[in-house]
Amino acid sequence: MHQVWWKAAAILLLTYTITAGLLGPVPQLPLLQETIRNLYFHVCMWFGMMILFTVSVVQAIRYLRNMDRRHDLASRHFAGVGMLYGILGYATGAIWAAYTWADPNVPFVESFSTIARDPKLIGAAVSLLVYFAYLVLRDSIPDVDKRARISAVYNIFAYAILFPAIWILPRVLESLHPGQDGNPALDVKNDISASMRMVFYPAVVGWTLLGVWIATLRIRLEILKEKNLTS
Amino acid sequence: MDRHPSDQIGDIKRKKSYLMKWTLALLGLLMHLSAFAEVNMADKMRSEGRIYVVIAVMLTILGGIIMYLVRLDKKISQAEKQNNQK
Repeated sequence: MHQVWWKAAAILLLTYTITAGLLGPVPQLPLLQETIRNLYFHVCMWFGMMILFTVSVVQAIRYLRNMDRRHDLASRHFAGVGMLYGILGYATGAIWAAYTWADPNVPFVESFSTIARDPKLIGAAVSLLVYFAYLVLRDSIPDVDKRARISAVYNIFAYAILFPAIWILPRVLESLHPGQDGNPALDVKNDISASMRMVFYPAVVGWTLLGVWIATLRIRLEILKEKNLTS
Repeated sequence: MDRHPSDQIGDIKRKKSYLMKWTLALLGLLMHLSAFAEVNMADKMRSEGRIYVVIAVMLTILGGIIMYLVRLDKKISQAEKQNNQK
């Protein structure tokens, strides 16, 4: 198998994440209780998405400098897996909210509208839609080189919008999203407890490596397909 | 540095909501304290043995996904080798 070492590392880290994530000690918070362990999954998805999108934009810039189509392929597939992680992050967040912050006394439809107004959710939805448009853009241009050039430029703008939409505006606005206003152990920059950090950092690496694995498989497959077409 | 007046209002609002959140959290904690001895963590029920079922299920799912990826990886490596030999 191709490049075993980091794939084995991914498997080990994910196994560690699941085991230590469910068994390890966590801070006891009144509303969240055990669900705080979702940090190792939900938040890791978003971290993984950011890292994969970063790789994607770096590859896009490299394509624009070298015009090497392999960078274009890499850019597209890393963005694709990043989007998958984003959708999973959204889904896991919805499940988490349904069991914790959603008001159980209010019927689901009403509490949904309260939660959906959260700035971070809207920002994340906007960013994912921008990346969906990136895929649509790619499919709409038949000429291969034009497609690569135009979508690489679009990728840079799509990456740029991630920051105001997901990180800056939700912090500036009166956000209900946990973790932005000093909710301990969720504010991963400062307040996450040491016992959670021990599982969280390896988890980020493990999930990201898994995403990289999936993306590289897709890139290799597409290179193979192209070679078979032209040979 | 001169703080713009609206910043101070924002500060007061932020401080207020921070205070409110802490008060609510404390109240919640106290209410739980009155009902149970501690925060209602899953310690008793889950740690008895059911948590291991959860872990086993998750590891099985992870194992299945990993096995699929390994299979795919080997197939692609094979095809690449064949392609290079052509």
